[in-house]
Amino acid sequence: MSTTGFDELAEAPPPMTSRLEGELLEISMGPQHPSTHGVFRMNVALEGEVVRKLKPVFGYLHRNHEKIGENTSYLGSMPYTDRLDYFCSMTNNWAYALSVETLAGIEVPERAEYLRVILAELTRLQNHTSLLGFLLSDMGAWGTPLMYAFREREKILDLFESLSGSRMMCDYMRFGGCRVDAAPDWMERAKKVVADFPRFLDEFEKLIVSNEILIARTQEVGKLSAELAVNAGITGPMLRASGVNYDLRKVDGYGFYPRFKFRVPLGDHGDCYDRLMMRVLELRESLAILKQAFAQVQPGPVMNPKVKIRAFKPPAGEAYGRIEGPKGELGFYLISDGSANPYRYRVRPPSFINLTVLEDLCLGHTVADVMVILGSIDIVMGEVDR
Amino acid sequence: MIGAGVLQGMAVTMRNFVGSYFEKDRLTTVQYPEERSPLPENYRNFPFLVYDNDPEAGLRCVACKICEKECPPQCILIVKSEDKKPDYMGKPQFYPRVFDIDISVCMSCQICVEVCPFEAIKMDKVFELSRRERFDALLMQKDELAKSNEYYHGIHPTEAAGVDANLAAAAAKKKPA
Repeated sequence: MSTTGFDELAEAPPPMTSRLEGELLEISMGPQHPSTHGVFRMNVALEGEVVRKLKPVFGYLHRNHEKIGENTSYLGSMPYTDRLDYFCSMTNNWAYALSVETLAGIEVPERAEYLRVILAELTRLQNHTSLLGFLLSDMGAWGTPLMYAFREREKILDLFESLSGSRMMCDYMRFGGCRVDAAPDWMERAKKVVADFPRFLDEFEKLIVSNEILIARTQEVGKLSAELAVNAGITGPMLRASGVNYDLRKVDGYGFYPRFKFRVPLGDHGDCYDRLMMRVLELRESLAILKQAFAQVQPGPVMNPKVKIRAFKPPAGEAYGRIEGPKGELGFYLISDGSANPYRYRVRPPSFINLTVLEDLCLGHTVADVMVILGSIDIVMGEVDR
Repeated sequence: MIGAGVLQGMAVTMRNFVGSYFEKDRLTTVQYPEERSPLPENYRNFPFLVYDNDPEAGLRCVACKICEKECPPQCILIVKSEDKKPDYMGKPQFYPRVFDIDISVCMSCQICVEVCPFEAIKMDKVFELSRRERFDALLMQKDELAKSNEYYHGIHPTEAAGVDANLAAAAAKKKPA
Protein backbone atom coordinates (compact mmCIF):
# COMPACT_ATOMS: atom_id res chain seq x y z
CA MET A 1 0.00 0.00 0.00
CA SER A 2 2.60 2.54 -1.02
CA THR A 3 0.84 4.87 -3.44
CA THR A 4 -2.85 4.29 -2.97
CA GLY A 5 -5.34 5.42 -5.58
CA PHE A 6 -8.89 6.23 -4.56
CA ASP A 7 -10.22 2.87 -5.71
CA GLU A 8 -7.79 0.97 -3.57
CA LEU A 9 -8.65 3.16 -0.59
CA ALA A 10 -12.29 2.28 -0.89
CA GLU A 11 -11.46 -1.40 -0.75
CA ALA A 12 -8.90 -1.05 2.02
CA PRO A 13 -9.88 -2.39 5.46
CA PRO A 14 -11.55 0.23 7.63
CA PRO A 15 -9.18 2.35 9.70
CA MET A 16 -8.64 1.78 13.40
CA THR A 17 -11.15 4.35 14.56
CA SER A 18 -14.02 2.38 13.12
CA ARG A 19 -14.38 0.39 16.32
CA LEU A 20 -15.99 3.51 17.74
CA GLU A 21 -18.73 3.16 15.14
CA GLY A 22 -22.09 4.01 16.65
CA GLU A 23 -20.60 5.53 19.77
CA LEU A 24 -21.15 9.16 20.57
CA LEU A 25 -18.40 11.66 21.10
CA GLU A 26 -19.24 14.19 23.75
CA ILE A 27 -17.66 17.58 23.41
CA SER A 28 -18.13 20.82 25.21
CA MET A 29 -18.46 23.86 22.97
CA GLY A 30 -17.77 27.10 24.74
CA PRO A 31 -18.01 28.93 27.06
CA GLN A 32 -15.22 30.88 25.38
CA HIS A 33 -16.17 30.06 21.84
CA PRO A 34 -16.02 32.99 19.42
CA SER A 35 -19.43 32.21 17.91
CA THR A 36 -21.40 31.63 21.08
CA HIS A 37 -22.26 35.32 21.41
CA GLY A 38 -21.06 35.54 24.96
CA VAL A 39 -20.26 33.06 27.68
CA PHE A 40 -22.45 30.17 26.64
CA ARG A 41 -21.66 26.48 26.63
CA MET A 42 -23.20 23.59 24.75
CA ASN A 43 -22.58 19.98 25.65
CA VAL A 44 -22.90 18.25 22.32
CA ALA A 45 -22.96 14.52 21.64
CA LEU A 46 -21.71 13.86 18.14
CA GLU A 47 -21.86 10.89 15.87
CA GLY A 48 -19.13 11.69 13.41
CA GLU A 49 -19.97 15.28 12.69
CA VAL A 50 -23.69 14.99 13.23
CA VAL A 51 -25.31 16.30 16.39
CA ARG A 52 -27.28 13.65 18.26
CA LYS A 53 -27.78 15.42 21.56
CA LEU A 54 -27.30 19.00 22.63
CA LYS A 55 -27.57 20.46 26.06
CA PRO A 56 -27.21 24.20 26.49
CA VAL A 57 -25.45 25.27 29.68
CA PHE A 58 -25.82 28.85 30.76
CA GLY A 59 -25.68 31.01 33.82
CA TYR A 60 -22.11 32.21 33.46
CA LEU A 61 -23.29 35.78 33.23
CA HIS A 62 -25.89 35.58 35.99
CA ARG A 63 -25.99 38.88 37.85
CA ASN A 64 -29.02 38.50 40.06
CA HIS A 65 -30.97 41.03 38.06
CA GLU A 66 -34.38 40.17 39.45
CA LYS A 67 -33.27 40.14 43.07
CA ILE A 68 -31.50 43.46 42.60
CA GLY A 69 -34.73 44.78 41.11
CA GLU A 70 -36.60 43.74 44.25
CA ASN A 71 -34.13 45.59 46.44
CA THR A 72 -33.89 48.89 44.59
CA SER A 73 -36.46 51.57 44.03
CA TYR A 74 -38.59 51.62 40.90
CA LEU A 75 -36.38 54.32 39.46
CA GLY A 76 -33.20 52.46 40.41
CA SER A 77 -34.13 49.44 38.31
CA MET A 78 -34.25 51.49 35.13
CA PRO A 79 -30.47 51.67 34.52
CA TYR A 80 -30.20 47.96 35.33
CA THR A 81 -32.63 47.14 32.53
CA ASP A 82 -30.12 48.63 30.08
CA ARG A 83 -27.79 45.83 30.99
CA LEU A 84 -30.20 43.02 30.17
CA ASP A 85 -29.95 43.02 26.43
CA TYR A 86 -27.13 45.46 25.95
CA PHE A 87 -27.84 45.87 22.25
CA CYS A 88 -31.33 47.19 22.84
CA SER A 89 -31.33 49.30 25.98
CA MET A 90 -34.05 51.59 24.61
CA THR A 91 -36.58 48.80 24.17
CA ASN A 92 -35.69 47.37 27.58
CA ASN A 93 -36.34 50.77 29.12
CA TRP A 94 -39.63 51.00 27.33
CA ALA A 95 -40.83 47.58 28.46
CA TYR A 96 -39.98 48.37 32.07
CA ALA A 97 -41.49 51.84 31.89
CA LEU A 98 -44.62 50.37 30.33
CA SER A 99 -45.09 47.86 33.13
CA VAL A 100 -44.62 50.52 35.84
CA GLU A 101 -47.04 52.77 33.96
CA THR A 102 -49.58 49.95 33.84
CA LEU A 103 -49.03 49.31 37.54
CA ALA A 104 -49.54 52.90 38.61
CA GLY A 105 -51.87 54.03 35.81
CA ILE A 106 -49.58 56.76 34.49
CA GLU A 107 -50.36 58.70 31.34
CA VAL A 108 -47.55 59.41 28.90
CA PRO A 109 -47.45 62.65 26.88
CA GLU A 110 -47.89 62.39 23.14
CA ARG A 111 -44.41 63.51 22.16
CA ALA A 112 -42.84 61.03 24.56
CA GLU A 113 -44.79 58.20 22.95
CA TYR A 114 -43.56 59.25 19.53
CA LEU A 115 -39.99 59.49 20.79
CA ARG A 116 -40.33 56.02 22.23
CA VAL A 117 -41.53 54.61 18.92
CA ILE A 118 -38.69 56.35 17.09
CA LEU A 119 -36.08 55.09 19.51
CA ALA A 120 -37.50 51.57 19.61
CA GLU A 121 -37.45 51.35 15.83
CA LEU A 122 -33.92 52.76 15.69
CA THR A 123 -32.98 50.09 18.22
CA ARG A 124 -34.56 47.47 15.99
CA LEU A 125 -32.54 48.80 13.07
CA GLN A 126 -29.25 48.54 14.89
CA ASN A 127 -30.04 45.20 16.51
CA HIS A 128 -31.04 43.51 13.27
CA THR A 129 -28.13 45.08 11.41
CA SER A 130 -25.58 43.82 13.87
CA LEU A 131 -27.32 40.44 14.01
CA LEU A 132 -26.93 40.06 10.24
CA GLY A 133 -23.26 40.89 10.58
CA PHE A 134 -22.74 38.40 13.40
CA LEU A 135 -24.65 35.69 11.61
CA LEU A 136 -22.46 36.01 8.54
CA SER A 137 -19.43 36.08 10.76
CA ASP A 138 -20.60 32.78 12.29
CA MET A 139 -20.83 31.32 8.80
CA GLY A 140 -17.22 32.16 8.12
CA ALA A 141 -17.59 35.48 6.34
CA TRP A 142 -15.09 36.89 8.77
CA GLY A 143 -15.03 40.57 9.32
CA THR A 144 -16.31 42.21 6.19
CA PRO A 145 -20.11 42.03 6.59
CA LEU A 146 -19.78 42.58 10.32
CA MET A 147 -17.73 45.72 9.73
CA TYR A 148 -20.28 47.05 7.24
CA ALA A 149 -23.05 46.32 9.73
CA PHE A 150 -21.19 47.97 12.59
CA ARG A 151 -20.45 51.01 10.46
CA GLU A 152 -24.20 51.57 10.05
CA ARG A 153 -24.95 50.66 13.64
CA GLU A 154 -22.46 53.28 14.75
CA LYS A 155 -24.53 56.04 13.15
CA ILE A 156 -27.54 55.01 15.21
CA LEU A 157 -25.44 54.71 18.37
CA ASP A 158 -24.19 58.24 17.75
CA LEU A 159 -27.80 59.37 17.72
CA PHE A 160 -28.41 57.61 21.01
CA GLU A 161 -25.30 59.15 22.48
CA SER A 162 -26.19 62.69 21.56
CA LEU A 163 -29.71 62.23 22.87
CA SER A 164 -29.22 60.26 26.06
CA GLY A 165 -25.53 60.70 26.81
CA SER A 166 -24.51 57.09 26.35
CA ARG A 167 -24.15 54.88 23.35
CA MET A 168 -25.40 51.63 24.75
CA MET A 169 -26.48 52.14 28.36
CA CYS A 170 -28.95 54.84 27.42
CA ASP A 171 -31.14 54.89 30.56
CA TYR A 172 -33.36 57.27 28.65
CA MET A 173 -36.97 56.46 29.39
CA ARG A 174 -38.75 57.07 32.65
CA PHE A 175 -42.18 56.03 33.79
CA GLY A 176 -44.32 58.93 32.66
CA GLY A 177 -42.27 59.89 29.63
CA CYS A 178 -38.68 60.35 28.58
CA ARG A 179 -35.84 61.97 30.47
CA VAL A 180 -34.85 64.75 28.10
CA ASP A 181 -36.40 66.15 24.96
CA ALA A 182 -34.88 65.64 21.55
CA ALA A 183 -33.61 68.88 20.05
CA PRO A 184 -34.77 69.84 16.54
CA ASP A 185 -31.30 69.26 15.12
CA TRP A 186 -31.33 65.77 16.61
CA MET A 187 -34.52 65.06 14.70
CA GLU A 188 -32.89 66.30 11.51
CA ARG A 189 -29.90 64.04 12.05
CA ALA A 190 -32.13 61.07 12.77
CA LYS A 191 -34.12 61.76 9.61
CA LYS A 192 -30.91 61.80 7.63
CA VAL A 193 -29.72 58.50 9.13
CA VAL A 194 -33.06 56.91 8.30
CA ALA A 195 -33.05 58.36 4.78
CA ASP A 196 -29.54 57.01 4.15
CA PHE A 197 -30.24 53.60 5.57
CA PRO A 198 -31.87 51.99 2.49
CA ARG A 199 -28.66 52.52 0.54
CA PHE A 200 -26.81 50.32 3.00
CA LEU A 201 -29.63 47.82 3.10
CA ASP A 202 -29.74 47.42 -0.68
CA GLU A 203 -26.01 46.97 -0.73
CA PHE A 204 -26.11 44.49 2.11
CA GLU A 205 -28.83 42.49 0.42
CA LYS A 206 -26.72 42.31 -2.72
CA LEU A 207 -23.83 41.13 -0.61
CA ILE A 208 -25.66 38.25 0.99
CA VAL A 209 -29.04 37.33 -0.38
CA SER A 210 -28.13 35.51 -3.57
CA ASN A 211 -24.76 34.26 -2.38
CA GLU A 212 -24.69 30.55 -3.14
CA ILE A 213 -22.57 29.69 -0.14
CA LEU A 214 -24.95 31.46 2.20
CA ILE A 215 -27.93 29.73 0.62
CA ALA A 216 -26.25 26.35 0.97
CA ARG A 217 -25.46 27.05 4.59
CA THR A 218 -28.87 28.34 5.65
CA GLN A 219 -31.67 26.89 3.55
CA GLU A 220 -33.24 23.76 5.07
CA VAL A 221 -31.01 24.16 8.11
CA GLY A 222 -32.56 24.36 11.56
CA LYS A 223 -36.18 24.14 10.54
CA LEU A 224 -38.65 25.20 13.20
CA SER A 225 -42.22 24.13 12.68
CA ALA A 226 -45.04 26.51 13.52
CA GLU A 227 -46.48 24.04 16.07
CA LEU A 228 -43.22 23.69 17.97
CA ALA A 229 -42.63 27.43 17.84
CA VAL A 230 -46.03 28.17 19.36
CA ASN A 231 -45.78 25.40 21.95
CA ALA A 232 -42.33 26.47 23.07
CA GLY A 233 -43.39 30.09 23.46
CA ILE A 234 -41.08 31.41 20.77
CA THR A 235 -41.73 35.04 19.90
CA GLY A 236 -40.37 37.71 17.66
CA PRO A 237 -38.79 37.34 14.22
CA MET A 238 -38.07 33.68 14.91
CA LEU A 239 -41.75 32.88 15.36
CA ARG A 240 -42.75 34.90 12.32
CA ALA A 241 -40.12 33.13 10.22
CA SER A 242 -42.07 29.95 10.93
CA GLY A 243 -45.17 31.55 9.46
CA VAL A 244 -47.09 32.52 12.60
CA ASN A 245 -48.52 35.99 12.36
CA TYR A 246 -47.95 37.31 15.84
CA ASP A 247 -46.47 40.74 16.34
CA LEU A 248 -47.20 42.53 19.60
CA ARG A 249 -47.10 45.86 17.80
CA LYS A 250 -50.25 44.69 16.02
CA VAL A 251 -51.70 42.42 18.72
CA ASP A 252 -51.35 44.74 21.73
CA GLY A 253 -51.14 47.99 19.82
CA TYR A 254 -49.11 49.54 22.63
CA GLY A 255 -47.56 52.97 22.24
CA PHE A 256 -48.75 54.64 19.08
CA TYR A 257 -48.21 51.66 16.78
CA PRO A 258 -51.87 51.54 15.66
CA ARG A 259 -51.29 54.97 14.10
CA PHE A 260 -48.65 53.66 11.71
CA LYS A 261 -49.07 51.64 8.56
CA PHE A 262 -46.67 48.74 8.38
CA ARG A 263 -46.73 45.13 7.35
CA VAL A 264 -45.64 42.09 9.32
CA PRO A 265 -43.33 39.94 7.19
CA LEU A 266 -43.86 36.19 7.49
CA GLY A 267 -41.64 33.30 6.50
CA ASP A 268 -42.88 29.96 5.25
CA HIS A 269 -40.07 27.47 5.88
CA GLY A 270 -38.86 28.41 9.33
CA ASP A 271 -35.26 27.66 8.42
CA CYS A 272 -32.20 29.80 9.01
CA TYR A 273 -32.56 31.54 5.67
CA ASP A 274 -36.09 32.62 6.53
CA ARG A 275 -34.95 33.86 9.90
CA LEU A 276 -32.19 35.85 8.25
CA MET A 277 -34.46 37.33 5.59
CA MET A 278 -37.06 38.09 8.25
CA ARG A 279 -34.61 40.56 9.75
CA VAL A 280 -33.93 42.20 6.41
CA LEU A 281 -37.66 42.60 5.75
CA GLU A 282 -38.30 43.90 9.26
CA LEU A 283 -35.62 46.51 8.73
CA ARG A 284 -37.59 47.81 5.75
CA GLU A 285 -40.80 47.96 7.78
CA SER A 286 -39.01 49.73 10.63
CA LEU A 287 -37.82 52.34 8.17
CA ALA A 288 -41.43 52.83 7.04
CA ILE A 289 -42.57 53.30 10.65
CA LEU A 290 -39.75 55.75 11.33
CA LYS A 291 -40.64 57.88 8.30
CA GLN A 292 -44.26 58.10 9.45
CA ALA A 293 -43.23 58.87 13.02
CA PHE A 294 -40.96 61.72 11.90
CA ALA A 295 -43.83 63.16 9.89
CA GLN A 296 -46.31 62.93 12.78
CA VAL A 297 -44.28 63.97 15.81
CA GLN A 298 -45.22 67.35 17.27
CA PRO A 299 -43.43 69.49 19.85
CA GLY A 300 -44.70 69.19 23.38
CA PRO A 301 -43.76 68.02 26.85
CA VAL A 302 -41.94 64.71 27.15
CA MET A 303 -42.59 64.03 30.81
CA ASN A 304 -45.83 63.72 32.70
CA PRO A 305 -45.45 66.47 35.35
CA LYS A 306 -47.57 64.60 37.90
CA VAL A 307 -45.12 61.73 38.19
CA LYS A 308 -42.75 61.89 41.11
CA ILE A 309 -39.70 59.97 40.02
CA ARG A 310 -38.03 60.02 43.42
CA ALA A 311 -39.64 58.05 46.25
CA PHE A 312 -42.09 56.62 43.76
CA LYS A 313 -44.65 54.37 45.40
CA PRO A 314 -47.23 52.72 43.16
CA PRO A 315 -50.45 51.32 44.64
CA ALA A 316 -50.45 47.66 45.64
CA GLY A 317 -51.22 45.37 42.75
CA GLU A 318 -49.58 43.64 39.88
CA ALA A 319 -48.90 44.46 36.27
CA TYR A 320 -47.34 42.91 33.21
CA GLY A 321 -46.00 45.21 30.54
CA ARG A 322 -44.76 43.74 27.30
CA ILE A 323 -43.46 45.08 24.05
CA GLU A 324 -42.24 43.65 20.79
CA GLY A 325 -38.52 43.90 21.30
CA PRO A 326 -36.15 43.28 18.42
CA LYS A 327 -35.66 39.73 19.71
CA GLY A 328 -39.22 38.93 20.69
CA GLU A 329 -41.71 39.56 23.43
CA LEU A 330 -39.95 41.38 26.23
CA GLY A 331 -42.06 41.59 29.35
CA PHE A 332 -41.68 42.83 32.89
CA TYR A 333 -43.95 41.46 35.57
CA LEU A 334 -44.17 43.52 38.71
CA ILE A 335 -45.96 42.88 41.97
CA SER A 336 -46.20 45.87 44.23
CA ASP A 337 -47.10 45.81 47.90
CA GLY A 338 -47.35 49.58 48.02
CA SER A 339 -43.79 50.14 49.22
CA ALA A 340 -40.92 51.80 47.41
CA ASN A 341 -39.50 48.50 46.11
CA PRO A 342 -41.32 45.96 43.98
CA TYR A 343 -42.32 42.86 45.91
CA ARG A 344 -41.61 40.70 42.89
CA TYR A 345 -39.82 41.70 39.75
CA ARG A 346 -39.70 39.24 36.91
CA VAL A 347 -38.33 39.60 33.41
CA ARG A 348 -39.60 37.59 30.50
CA PRO A 349 -36.52 37.59 28.30
CA PRO A 350 -37.14 36.75 24.65
CA SER A 351 -33.68 35.39 23.93
CA PHE A 352 -33.80 32.95 26.85
CA ILE A 353 -37.11 31.48 25.79
CA ASN A 354 -36.13 31.39 22.13
CA LEU A 355 -33.00 29.49 23.11
CA THR A 356 -35.02 26.62 24.61
CA VAL A 357 -35.63 25.07 21.18
CA LEU A 358 -31.93 25.00 20.32
CA GLU A 359 -31.67 21.21 20.66
CA ASP A 360 -34.72 20.57 18.48
CA LEU A 361 -33.27 22.77 15.77
CA CYS A 362 -29.79 21.28 15.86
CA LEU A 363 -30.51 17.54 15.91
CA GLY A 364 -29.32 15.86 12.74
CA HIS A 365 -27.25 18.81 11.61
CA THR A 366 -23.49 19.10 11.63
CA VAL A 367 -21.39 21.02 14.14
CA ALA A 368 -20.83 23.83 11.67
CA ASP A 369 -24.60 24.26 11.36
CA VAL A 370 -24.99 24.58 15.13
CA MET A 371 -23.19 27.91 14.96
CA VAL A 372 -25.46 29.16 12.20
CA ILE A 373 -28.59 28.02 14.03
CA LEU A 374 -27.44 29.63 17.26
CA GLY A 375 -26.65 32.83 15.40
CA SER A 376 -30.04 32.89 13.70
CA ILE A 377 -31.83 32.65 17.07
CA ASP A 378 -30.33 36.00 18.03
CA ILE A 379 -29.39 35.73 21.67
CA VAL A 380 -27.61 38.10 23.99
CA MET A 381 -26.21 36.40 27.05
CA GLY A 382 -26.86 39.41 29.26
CA GLU A 383 -30.54 38.74 28.79
CA VAL A 384 -30.39 34.93 28.85
CA ASP A 385 -28.59 34.74 32.18
CA ARG A 386 -29.75 38.01 33.74
CA MET B 1 -25.50 30.74 -12.94
CA ILE B 2 -23.66 29.27 -10.01
CA GLY B 3 -21.27 31.79 -8.55
CA ALA B 4 -23.13 34.86 -9.76
CA GLY B 5 -24.28 35.64 -6.22
CA VAL B 6 -20.74 35.39 -4.90
CA LEU B 7 -19.47 37.68 -7.65
CA GLN B 8 -22.22 40.17 -6.89
CA GLY B 9 -21.11 40.18 -3.28
CA MET B 10 -17.51 40.67 -4.32
CA ALA B 11 -18.57 43.70 -6.36
CA VAL B 12 -20.10 45.21 -3.21
CA THR B 13 -16.91 44.59 -1.28
CA MET B 14 -14.90 46.17 -4.08
CA ARG B 15 -17.15 49.21 -4.16
CA ASN B 16 -16.73 49.64 -0.41
CA PHE B 17 -12.99 49.20 -0.62
CA VAL B 18 -12.51 51.72 -3.42
CA GLY B 19 -15.15 53.98 -1.95
CA SER B 20 -13.31 54.13 1.36
CA TYR B 21 -10.68 56.27 -0.37
CA PHE B 22 -13.19 58.80 -1.68
CA GLU B 23 -16.32 58.81 0.47
CA LYS B 24 -16.27 59.95 4.06
CA ASP B 25 -19.17 57.76 5.13
CA ARG B 26 -17.50 54.58 3.91
CA LEU B 27 -14.41 55.13 6.01
CA THR B 28 -15.48 56.03 9.49
CA THR B 29 -12.58 54.86 11.62
CA VAL B 30 -10.56 57.36 13.64
CA GLN B 31 -6.97 56.75 14.77
CA TYR B 32 -7.87 57.21 18.40
CA PRO B 33 -5.08 58.60 20.55
CA GLU B 34 -3.96 61.01 17.83
CA GLU B 35 -7.34 61.80 16.30
CA ARG B 36 -10.47 62.15 18.36
CA SER B 37 -14.06 62.39 17.30
CA PRO B 38 -15.82 65.16 19.23
CA LEU B 39 -17.99 64.13 22.15
CA PRO B 40 -21.64 65.11 21.91
CA GLU B 41 -22.77 67.76 24.34
CA ASN B 42 -25.01 65.37 26.25
CA TYR B 43 -22.26 62.83 26.79
CA ARG B 44 -22.02 61.68 30.38
CA ASN B 45 -19.88 59.32 32.32
CA PHE B 46 -19.11 60.11 35.95
CA PRO B 47 -20.56 62.62 38.40
CA PHE B 48 -18.79 65.63 39.90
CA LEU B 49 -19.74 68.30 42.41
CA VAL B 50 -20.38 71.86 41.29
CA TYR B 51 -19.06 74.79 43.30
CA ASP B 52 -19.41 78.54 42.87
CA ASN B 53 -16.29 80.66 43.40
CA ASP B 54 -14.57 78.66 46.13
CA PRO B 55 -13.95 74.88 45.96
CA GLU B 56 -14.42 74.37 49.70
CA ALA B 57 -16.96 76.97 50.82
CA GLY B 58 -18.78 77.29 47.51
CA LEU B 59 -19.94 73.68 47.18
CA ARG B 60 -23.63 73.61 46.40
CA CYS B 61 -24.04 70.25 48.13
CA VAL B 62 -25.85 70.47 51.47
CA ALA B 63 -25.35 66.79 52.39
CA CYS B 64 -29.04 65.92 52.14
CA LYS B 65 -28.01 62.37 51.19
CA ILE B 66 -30.73 61.94 48.58
CA CYS B 67 -28.26 60.87 45.91
CA GLU B 68 -26.62 58.46 48.32
CA LYS B 69 -29.99 56.86 48.95
CA GLU B 70 -31.11 56.76 45.32
CA CYS B 71 -27.83 55.62 43.75
CA PRO B 72 -28.62 52.15 42.31
CA PRO B 73 -25.15 50.61 42.80
CA GLN B 74 -24.65 52.59 46.03
CA CYS B 75 -21.31 54.08 45.14
CA ILE B 76 -21.76 57.38 47.02
CA LEU B 77 -20.75 57.91 50.64
CA ILE B 78 -21.69 61.15 52.39
CA VAL B 79 -20.90 62.13 55.96
CA LYS B 80 -22.90 65.14 57.04
CA SER B 81 -21.28 67.93 59.00
CA GLU B 82 -22.39 68.72 62.54
CA ASP B 83 -22.15 72.47 62.17
CA LYS B 84 -23.62 74.78 59.57
CA LYS B 85 -21.67 77.04 57.29
CA PRO B 86 -23.02 79.84 55.13
CA ASP B 87 -23.46 78.55 51.61
CA TYR B 88 -22.85 80.47 48.38
CA MET B 89 -26.03 82.45 48.94
CA GLY B 90 -25.14 83.30 52.55
CA LYS B 91 -27.69 80.98 54.10
CA PRO B 92 -26.38 78.65 56.86
CA GLN B 93 -26.45 75.07 55.62
CA PHE B 94 -24.98 71.71 56.45
CA TYR B 95 -22.15 70.63 54.20
CA PRO B 96 -20.63 67.24 53.37
CA ARG B 97 -17.70 66.50 55.65
CA VAL B 98 -16.95 63.48 53.47
CA PHE B 99 -18.22 63.03 49.95
CA ASP B 100 -16.80 59.96 48.19
CA ILE B 101 -17.81 58.46 44.90
CA ASP B 102 -16.30 55.12 43.97
CA ILE B 103 -16.31 55.55 40.23
CA SER B 104 -15.18 51.98 39.70
CA VAL B 105 -18.64 51.05 40.97
CA CYS B 106 -20.55 53.93 39.40
CA MET B 107 -22.57 52.90 36.36
CA SER B 108 -23.08 56.38 34.90
CA CYS B 109 -26.84 56.29 35.13
CA GLN B 110 -27.09 59.94 36.23
CA ILE B 111 -29.90 59.25 38.67
CA CYS B 112 -27.96 61.29 41.26
CA VAL B 113 -28.17 64.28 38.90
CA GLU B 114 -31.88 63.82 38.37
CA VAL B 115 -32.79 63.55 42.04
CA CYS B 116 -30.53 66.34 43.34
CA PRO B 117 -32.76 69.27 44.39
CA PHE B 118 -29.83 71.69 44.69
CA GLU B 119 -28.22 71.29 41.23
CA ALA B 120 -25.08 70.30 43.11
CA ILE B 121 -24.05 67.14 41.29
CA LYS B 122 -23.61 66.92 37.53
CA MET B 123 -22.15 64.52 35.00
CA ASP B 124 -18.59 64.92 33.81
CA LYS B 125 -17.13 64.09 30.42
CA VAL B 126 -13.68 62.83 31.41
CA PHE B 127 -13.16 59.28 30.26
CA GLU B 128 -9.44 58.51 30.23
CA LEU B 129 -9.35 57.45 33.86
CA SER B 130 -7.37 54.23 33.98
CA ARG B 131 -5.14 53.88 37.01
CA ARG B 132 -2.22 51.64 37.88
CA GLU B 133 -3.18 51.19 41.53
CA ARG B 134 -5.51 48.40 42.44
CA PHE B 135 -7.62 49.71 45.26
CA ASP B 136 -8.56 53.27 46.07
CA ALA B 137 -7.24 55.24 43.09
CA LEU B 138 -10.72 55.41 41.61
CA LEU B 139 -12.33 56.36 44.89
CA MET B 140 -12.85 60.05 44.23
CA GLN B 141 -12.88 62.27 47.29
CA LYS B 142 -14.54 65.61 47.80
CA ASP B 143 -11.57 67.71 46.66
CA GLU B 144 -11.18 65.72 43.43
CA LEU B 145 -14.88 65.81 42.71
CA ALA B 146 -15.31 69.53 43.22
CA LYS B 147 -15.28 71.39 39.93
CA SER B 148 -16.27 74.94 39.19
CA ASN B 149 -19.47 76.15 37.63
CA GLU B 150 -17.38 77.57 34.77
CA TYR B 151 -16.10 74.07 34.05
CA TYR B 152 -19.71 72.86 34.01
CA HIS B 153 -20.58 75.62 31.55
CA GLY B 154 -17.64 74.51 29.43
CA ILE B 155 -18.79 70.91 29.08
CA HIS B 156 -22.60 71.19 29.01
CA PRO B 157 -23.32 74.79 27.89
CA THR B 158 -27.05 74.43 27.17
CA GLU B 159 -27.84 72.45 30.28
CA ALA B 160 -25.73 74.74 32.51
CA ALA B 161 -27.45 77.86 31.20
CA GLY B 162 -30.81 76.33 32.10
CA VAL B 163 -29.57 75.42 35.57
CA ASP B 164 -28.25 78.94 36.19
CA ALA B 165 -31.58 80.42 35.09
CA ASN B 166 -33.44 78.10 37.48
CA LEU B 167 -31.17 78.98 40.38
CA ALA B 168 -31.47 82.69 39.68
CA ALA B 169 -35.25 82.40 39.55
CA ALA B 170 -35.30 80.52 42.86
CA ALA B 171 -33.03 83.14 44.46
CA ALA B 172 -35.21 85.98 43.16
CA LYS B 173 -38.28 84.30 44.62
CA LYS B 174 -36.70 84.01 48.06
CA LYS B 175 -35.31 87.55 48.24
CA PRO B 176 -38.53 89.52 48.98
CA ALA B 177 -39.55 87.21 51.82
